[in-house]
Amino acid sequence: MTDVIRTTVSITVNGRELEVKTGELLIDAAERAGEYIPRFCYHPRMEPVGMCRMCLVEVEGPRGATLQPACYLHVNDGMSVCTNSEKVKKAQDGVLEFLLANHPLDCPICDKGGECPLQDQTLAHGSGETRFVEEKRHFVKPIEIGELVLLDRERCIQCARCTRFSAEVAGDTEIAFSGRGDLIEVAPSPDKPFNSVFSGNTVQICPVGALTAKPYRFSARPWDLEQVESTCTTCAVGCRIAVQSSGNRLTRVLGVDSDPVNHGWLCDKGRFTLDSVDQNADATDVLDPATRMVAPMVRVNGVLEPVSWGEALDAAAKILRDASATPEGVGAIGGASLTNEGAFAWERFVRGVLGSDNLDAQFGDGLDPVLLQALPRATIDETASAKTVVTLTGDLREELPILFLRLRESAVRDHHAIVEFAFGPSALRPVARLSLVVRPGEAHLAARCIADRADAPTGVAFTNEELFEARRLIGESGEGVVFVVGRPNVAEDPRVLEDAIRRFAERFPDAKFLVALRRSNVAGALDMGLSPRLRPGRGFELTSKGRDTLGQLEALRRGDQKALLLLGGSLLGNVADVVGATSALEKASVIAVTGHGGPSLAFADVVLPAAVAHERSGTVTNIEGRVSAVAAKIVAPGSAWPDVAIAAELAEQLGQSIGLTSVEQTAKTIEESTGYPALSVANDELHDGAVVGRLDATSLRHALDPMAFPGIRSAESVGLASYTGATVETNAVDSVHTRPATLDVLGHAPNLEVPLADAYSLRLVVSRRLYDRGVAMQGSPALDNLIKATTLSLNHVDLDRLGVEAGAIVRVTGAQGSVRLAVQLNEEVARGSADVAFGTLSATGEDALAALLDPTSVISQVRVETR
Amino acid sequence: MAVLDSPRIVSSRSQYADSYTLSRYLATGGYVALRKALTMFPEQVAAEVDAASLLGRGGAGFPAGRKWSMLRKSPVSYLVVNGDESEPATFKDHFLVERDPHQLVEGVIIAAYALQVSQAFIYLRGEFALGLERVQQAVNDAYAEGALGSKIFGSDFSIDLVVHPGAGAYICGEETALIEGLEGKRGFPRIKPPFFPAVTGLYGEPTVVNNVETMSNLPWIVNNGGAAFAALGAGRSTGTRLFALAGRVNNPGVYEIEMVKNTFRDLIYDPQLGGGVFEDRAVKAIIPGGVSAPWFGPELLDLPLGQDEVGEKGSMLGSGSVVVLDETTCVVRAAWRITKFFSRESCGQCTPCREGSGWIERAMYRLEHGGGRMEDMDLLLDLCDNIAPGLSWPPQQTTICVLGSSIPSSVHSAIKMFPDDFKAHVLHGGCPHD
Repeated sequence: MTDVIRTTVSITVNGRELEVKTGELLIDAAERAGEYIPRFCYHPRMEPVGMCRMCLVEVEGPRGATLQPACYLHVNDGMSVCTNSEKVKKAQDGVLEFLLANHPLDCPICDKGGECPLQDQTLAHGSGETRFVEEKRHFVKPIEIGELVLLDRERCIQCARCTRFSAEVAGDTEIAFSGRGDLIEVAPSPDKPFNSVFSGNTVQICPVGALTAKPYRFSARPWDLEQVESTCTTCAVGCRIAVQSSGNRLTRVLGVDSDPVNHGWLCDKGRFTLDSVDQNADATDVLDPATRMVAPMVRVNGVLEPVSWGEALDAAAKILRDASATPEGVGAIGGASLTNEGAFAWERFVRGVLGSDNLDAQFGDGLDPVLLQALPRATIDETASAKTVVTLTGDLREELPILFLRLRESAVRDHHAIVEFAFGPSALRPVARLSLVVRPGEAHLAARCIADRADAPTGVAFTNEELFEARRLIGESGEGVVFVVGRPNVAEDPRVLEDAIRRFAERFPDAKFLVALRRSNVAGALDMGLSPRLRPGRGFELTSKGRDTLGQLEALRRGDQKALLLLGGSLLGNVADVVGATSALEKASVIAVTGHGGPSLAFADVVLPAAVAHERSGTVTNIEGRVSAVAAKIVAPGSAWPDVAIAAELAEQLGQSIGLTSVEQTAKTIEESTGYPALSVANDELHDGAVVGRLDATSLRHALDPMAFPGIRSAESVGLASYTGATVETNAVDSVHTRPATLDVLGHAPNLEVPLADAYSLRLVVSRRLYDRGVAMQGSPALDNLIKATTLSLNHVDLDRLGVEAGAIVRVTGAQGSVRLAVQLNEEVARGSADVAFGTLSATGEDALAALLDPTSVISQVRVETR
Repeated sequence: MAVLDSPRIVSSRSQYADSYTLSRYLATGGYVALRKALTMFPEQVAAEVDAASLLGRGGAGFPAGRKWSMLRKSPVSYLVVNGDESEPATFKDHFLVERDPHQLVEGVIIAAYALQVSQAFIYLRGEFALGLERVQQAVNDAYAEGALGSKIFGSDFSIDLVVHPGAGAYICGEETALIEGLEGKRGFPRIKPPFFPAVTGLYGEPTVVNNVETMSNLPWIVNNGGAAFAALGAGRSTGTRLFALAGRVNNPGVYEIEMVKNTFRDLIYDPQLGGGVFEDRAVKAIIPGGVSAPWFGPELLDLPLGQDEVGEKGSMLGSGSVVVLDETTCVVRAAWRITKFFSRESCGQCTPCREGSGWIERAMYRLEHGGGRMEDMDLLLDLCDNIAPGLSWPPQQTTICVLGSSIPSSVHSAIKMFPDDFKAHVLHGGCPHD
């Protein structure tokens, strides 16, 4: 006899026998069988609490049928359930009447009106009149519980979705219940406002209008909104979103429940930065990232003047023609904010029309793309289900917020081990099994010690105990282990991390890697060949001598390269060595193809206005290589064009062609010429995108659940489907899926010499913040207050050594100058190092990084003067 | 006639002013039972408790021995004593923690030994300032005496006992809310399944939760044997029980009497007990087991004080509180006051309890203070029915815990037993008794 583990059990629902999954919740089992049980507090992405009691059904038991909540009852074999008896109906109607007793019924002025689960269920089940003649409960109308969220306690039905989300999913503690009886209320922490980077999710899942978002409040009525489904490109996680507009005005972004990616959640940056797209059309300062570029411009007598497209293309063509006269005279930087189609078009333009290999979608703040393309890749799901995850990244909550949620869930709910290379502050620290402390210039040493079973060398921050534990958790071959690799410290030579990554890849052949580069569609841009040694469709050309971003800036400074095509206007906002980049731009002829202004435009000779997110269709690729569709919801302002059109017209102007005529035809060309998923994804409404090279990782789209995620309608159109039913020849697809991308392509590892740390100095960690001074943040007034001035974060040992108190202002001196910064105590910063935020200014408005970075050294060191 | 010749099992020291001290406790047979228990196998101790057929004294009346045996299937991790007695007119645990804290501590140690638990907690209502002081002193004394701590009384058994004050919530008397409170969280009752304390209790481990009075019976049971205890009372209701008599009686107080052998009439009228109704008035109604219990009319005064006897008549002995309402009592006001308590103390988690209690309380207030309508009685009964469907006994539940189904008892009883009083309130435009 062998024991058979049953994967299904039989239950009876309303007399109908059903086979359901063992151990699943009754409410889910019944729903799949077509018996929808009403609910408010239940949410499929959180643990059930059984608070609202709306889902009471009759369950047969030893003492006869009793009313029990379907949301936390697990099915068992032979369970008999009735969901539609008189008794059930009376109980459910009773609950609904109780919920409405103290509810203000101010639906006409409530944001939720029209998409409100309470309203919908009242309409479906409720009585037409109220029996409640007493005075309703009163609270002060909406109170501001955080920068972005308002709470109307009168409307609250105490379902605990928001408090559960905060505590259970996000791990935040800023909101909780207080009071009791019918005076119970969701209350913000008395000393910590609700400024979680995930606060908007509570608004989205609120089943009434109790929580409202400041940016959307009173701005539209749900029935006036139109919607497309798209992919968020604020960071590189690739969350599925519903983008809604009223006319040509973007009103709201909601998270769509995508199984393999975001589970319906979004970060507040992804949710609330849409003002940067359509709220600044009247701004005129081209140096301000908030300003939208609405017309082509050419610099005349030192000033950028609006001109016609014809004049601008003419001027641009002239610059490019002149510069390409000298060999290697032109190049392009940027492209991470493009769609795959845009990136593909510019790749064809730069290589095919300009004949140049000088192109790079990274700003020198990423990692060697050849190394990344050669790693065995993991999906987000594989990472979240790995028994051990090793992170070599910055603070993921700041860099890739939803990846943080997925990993946190894996650690907290499923008890998987997170081994964290602790470079600086990290929100994963409290849930990590092991935090291996590494200072700048030590990560590769730690990796060598783990790989070679060696003891820690003297003078490093990590210990032998930590190495031992890390080895134990990684195991012999790395089976079931995923390394999440990013760029935790912009002030450290990327070769330090690259060396560590490579050692892990060589030593643990069964481990997989999730490439956690954070910028928008950087993965898609690299896959489209926007890097000297890469080619479209994840191809390589290892002999290329093309220049990457730092190489081009150097060549511009030397005068070897004359002209620069900027794909996106944010070079100076993203490059670490701003001083070096500025002097390069000063010498160059610059053509900027951008939707937004920015400091780089001070050096632009021609500006070509491009459509940005929510104004263009196409596909993008996320950190795991998942290609998914982005959709246009509104029309780009002024005369801005999609990038494919700009590249094609510019090629025409130069008397050539890139062979691309539309976004749709570009997507078709990508797929047919390289096998990289593009048009097939855009036209696929059944799946959550497609992972490059991973036919096994397809995932059916999650069914829409308006109770769980109110406000989202079933998608009206996906991606490019609105074009035509164009089909793709799929016989070319295998060129990608069979490409041998192994570590062999890397050749010998370079020898890396890290300078000895000087006892009087601190090693500089420059880490990323979600709320930085990027385009999205600066263009969104709602988020302005959330950008914090950078401080100098130090461990208490270094604070004591320096003899300063937290909050004191000190003078910090680095390789290129000094800056005054406030000192902050943070024990997550390793002893002997100091953390500064990238992309933010000091309290006095100084750019700390410009002063402190040492672009010539593997690590940057700073000195602190307290007087 | 009242039967008063039974031994006093838990209140034997109440005649002494210093009944709470260690010296008095040791002088009156204290810790003899524990020393005896330590010479027995833990299973033997449990068997005596089983043989005593000791029903839990907290309100639900579940046999303690059976509760323990359910746990013995898995290694028990924690013993928690529920001393969060907070129901209006219930004060028998209050009496025990103040008058005989050592007896409680000894009982807890005996239970811990029988269950082989090395960590126990006494969760005491925060408002019991004196009780907290005395129980903590008793615990300190027990540690000093060697009855608590490592290898107690030279045996191989070690046990730590922590006294934890509540923060002032009635709901924390519900065992899973109490466990949440012990864990430092807000006192929300847990959903069951999966959080049955015996399976997933304190800190997720199997946990037994027993009442103060239940624990206080254990030294006597160990000293005298379970059979001696079971010989008292009748049927399932064995031993003696503490009754907290309140309301319109001449001698309100805590009385320990043998179960079943006495009736409500004995308890209320015997000169050594209640001493009769205030000013010789007629009994209008009695609340037999705490304010969660449905009321009885005077026709049931001769009902024996036994768990099943009261249960069969549609109410419960519950928390051992008996409240007498006399002929001058306004039942509307009484039911309103009780509902107001529940509406304030509802934890706010489940909709029917949170909203229903508040709604009923406001409607009852309106009836009592003018503004009542004839249709309010039907409305109130229907709201009660939506909280406890069928309004039967034992009640059906729509809520996570039994606080919800406790709310309808008083209102339902008052309307069913005294509809004319309600009508009088409506017609009078307020309370005719004012």
